Amino acid sequence: MNKPIRRLAIFSLALFGVLMLNVSWIQTFQAESLQEHPYNRRQFVESLTQHRGSILVGSEEVAYSEPVGGDSEQFQRKYKNGQMYAPVVGAFRAGSATGIERAENSFLDGSNQLLAVNNFRDMLTGEEPEGADVYLTLNSGAQQAAMDGLESLGNNGAAVALDPETGAVLASYSSPSYDPSSVASVTETEQAAKKWTELEQSEQNPLLNRGLNEVYPPGSTYKVVTAAAALENGATPESTMAAPESLDLGAPLPNAWPGPCNDGNPDTLAHSIEISCNTSMANWAMELGPEKMHEQAEAFGFNQGPMEIPLDVTESSSPLETDPNILGRSGIGQANIESTPLQMAMVASGVANGGDVMKPYLVDSVQNSNLEEVKAAQPEVFSEAISSGTAEDLTQMMIAVTEGDEASGPAGAIPGMQVAGKTGTAETATGPTHNWFISFAPVDDPQVAVAVVVENGGESGGTLAAPIAKEMMEAVINE
Amino acid sequence: MTTEAPTQLPPIKRRNAELVMTLAAVAITLFAMIEAGLTRNGEMPASLFVYGVLFGGLATLAHVFIRFFAPWSDPLLLPLATLLNGLGIAMLWRLFEATGDTSEGSAQDQLILTAASMAVFAALVYFLKEPRTLQRYPYIMALAAVVLLLLPLIPGIGMTVNGARQWVNLGVTTLQPSEFAKIALVVFLAGYMVTKRDVLALASRQVKIGPLKVLDLPRARDLAPMAAMWGFCIIVLVIVMNDLGTALMLFGTFLAMIYVATHRSNWLVIGLTAFFGACALIYPFVSHFRVRMVTWLDAFRPDVYCTDEAMANPDSFCQTAGNSQQLVQGLFAMAEGGMTGAGLGGGKPGFVPEVQNDFIFVAFGEELGLAGCMVMLMAMALLVERGMRIALASKELFIKMFASGISFLIAFQTFVVIGGVTRVIPMTGATIPFVAKGGSALLSSWVMLALLMRMSNNARKPAPQAIQDEGATQVISR
Repeated sequence: MNKPIRRLAIFSLALFGVLMLNVSWIQTFQAESLQEHPYNRRQFVESLTQHRGSILVGSEEVAYSEPVGGDSEQFQRKYKNGQMYAPVVGAFRAGSATGIERAENSFLDGSNQLLAVNNFRDMLTGEEPEGADVYLTLNSGAQQAAMDGLESLGNNGAAVALDPETGAVLASYSSPSYDPSSVASVTETEQAAKKWTELEQSEQNPLLNRGLNEVYPPGSTYKVVTAAAALENGATPESTMAAPESLDLGAPLPNAWPGPCNDGNPDTLAHSIEISCNTSMANWAMELGPEKMHEQAEAFGFNQGPMEIPLDVTESSSPLETDPNILGRSGIGQANIESTPLQMAMVASGVANGGDVMKPYLVDSVQNSNLEEVKAAQPEVFSEAISSGTAEDLTQMMIAVTEGDEASGPAGAIPGMQVAGKTGTAETATGPTHNWFISFAPVDDPQVAVAVVVENGGESGGTLAAPIAKEMMEAVINE
Repeated sequence: MTTEAPTQLPPIKRRNAELVMTLAAVAITLFAMIEAGLTRNGEMPASLFVYGVLFGGLATLAHVFIRFFAPWSDPLLLPLATLLNGLGIAMLWRLFEATGDTSEGSAQDQLILTAASMAVFAALVYFLKEPRTLQRYPYIMALAAVVLLLLPLIPGIGMTVNGARQWVNLGVTTLQPSEFAKIALVVFLAGYMVTKRDVLALASRQVKIGPLKVLDLPRARDLAPMAAMWGFCIIVLVIVMNDLGTALMLFGTFLAMIYVATHRSNWLVIGLTAFFGACALIYPFVSHFRVRMVTWLDAFRPDVYCTDEAMANPDSFCQTAGNSQQLVQGLFAMAEGGMTGAGLGGGKPGFVPEVQNDFIFVAFGEELGLAGCMVMLMAMALLVERGMRIALASKELFIKMFASGISFLIAFQTFVVIGGVTRVIPMTGATIPFVAKGGSALLSSWVMLALLMRMSNNARKPAPQAIQDEGATQVISR
């Protein structure tokens, strides 16, 4: 009977061997992916008792941690100008985080590998380890202007401002916003959780950053892309195109006003942009054909997949349209064109930057608790969307939009400098029109490019969105 | 005639080594509590002295008792059991006393239960001088096992905890009779198979595929015990009581013992076929079995984990069945521990629902890391292998069957629990011997240890010297 007993002993040992191998596998090779699993909330809970790093705009701490005090070892996350920055900064709550609080969590809580040396030093000197500080690229003035402008209208909407030379995001506001302080309490957790659920379930969706994660039909602002495609393919600002009162594209496509664009004569490209002519631009799109239109849109960043800046950015789409009727409509930013406000700001900044679109980014630098820089943003070219000649031509055409004789967006003009802009009034399937304005200024040395969208404004981009864009540009330029 | 390795262990007592190792195990327990206390509350546990005196005293008493009443027994058994039991107490102290919440259980209760279990251990070692006497009552044992297993079904005293009907409420305390039923069953199987091993090994029919002999089938009437066992496990334990863990353990132990008795691998083939066949057969009909399988295979699927969105969906899996949150959170805890662990008191085992029961292993994984897990598994494996050694060293067939059966039961139970919480096999719900919270589990562990202890003493005891040096005198060893 000894032989089977020996075998049974070996089998028992094998059972333990399996357990040991499996435990080793989980605790070494699999550990990291399990720790970062989306269901795993340990990383955020742990940081309730850690001195989390701050998030700064300029030299101002807009999110910072303070000890709760008393017997508690916990830290309370506090927000300054919470509502203003919430669309970017997000909220750090018990068990979870959104926005930059989530995207840069490994720096804020000190777990990032780049902070290992500093953490080790702190451990040796007996200092309490602290997370790193994250410096944002935002410009407080522009952000304030975006919030004031959108909130005073009362409509939902979004505004994005970029530095055309670097791609730094100078402003990103989304209306409605919320106050992260109301959901971040670690002492009154029940109330905070209730408030969060309320926000999650609100039909206004205040947790959504519309600038980065909502897509809209861009309307006439997309004519800049169409014009760019035309100029890149041999047209000049003086090239003309038929511009009747209405085109028959399955259903009639009229202009924004009852009438043709140039008294019934073919209209120049420049004039079509200035007054925002629908029929001629639709004709341009059909003349250029689906491939060229598609190619130009992709050069500006459409269809390039989601981005991380480091917040997630939803993809904007401009499908290849072989049906000429749909292609015509897409030439004026309708049909199947869907764009985030950030994408249209990238279009404006590409024109401003001599044709090069820079990759947008929100984090300027990260500093550890000893004030040493551990990471700094490196501006990168996202794409060379158009030639510098095309950019120059487009700029001149867009200046006319704010200061020409028949300007469609004079409200975007800033006294004492030239502003290049483009209005947009996008038809929606359900409600009143969305009102757009994209622009950049000053023309001789562009410092800021913006895109503003007012949801269901029902008026024109020139009247509703342009004044907000103007305030934002001024805030950056006058700083 | 045989080239087998010698099975007889040298007659060395090594009781002093046992004492030193036992005290080391007590020391490890106390250090574990100190670490947990310092990490959690920044101070030494207030009751450390009491635990030291009581637990240390109990272990020392057990040692002294063995020194007198089972002096030839294996010196490793007691230290290993003390270590595992002590780590269990320390972890429960860290989970409950150190966090100030003892509503779900406490180390104090566990310590009292340890004392009671050790008393039963001592009594058993003292009174059961010859475990082979148990061989006389196989059918009584079988009856006892069945009655114990069925007790929870009696209305009024039976209780359902976490979906499994395996508890009995005795008014003053609750018991899990299956913990004792399995020991009775091992006694029965050992007794039954020793007498029937010849017929069980008999082949009556051959299954052939072409000219190839595939399998020898035993006589139909000899298949009966197998069939009865199988049917009982499936019908009563799985379908009626939802006690998959016990069913799996009993059937596994049964297969192991019939293999040891007959040395026929046919039995394994037949048994495993029957097992998997039964699994496939009941899969469509027994929903809690299906739930276990799904939560095992697809633990990370949103509608199995039951995320908020999945909960809101009326058609999702979690609206109709359980979820995998406990399992997944357990894996997260293990991952958090990494190689060296967060230190006792430094982790967040509270994230794992009901961590003090079946999932206590992941709390060790989180706070003691891979290193600690390895120590625990090694201790378990050593205990099992020492048990197998006792089976080899014994001369009587019944004792061989009995010791190897008990040892395999410990091994398999550990595998079923730890394998379940680390996703090697589906989660079935059972307790880690010596470590887990609860009186029944602890008591049955110490009963098994007492049986092994007594059998090892008898196996290693040198034959009595002849009184006269004449060589012709027959010596009767009892």
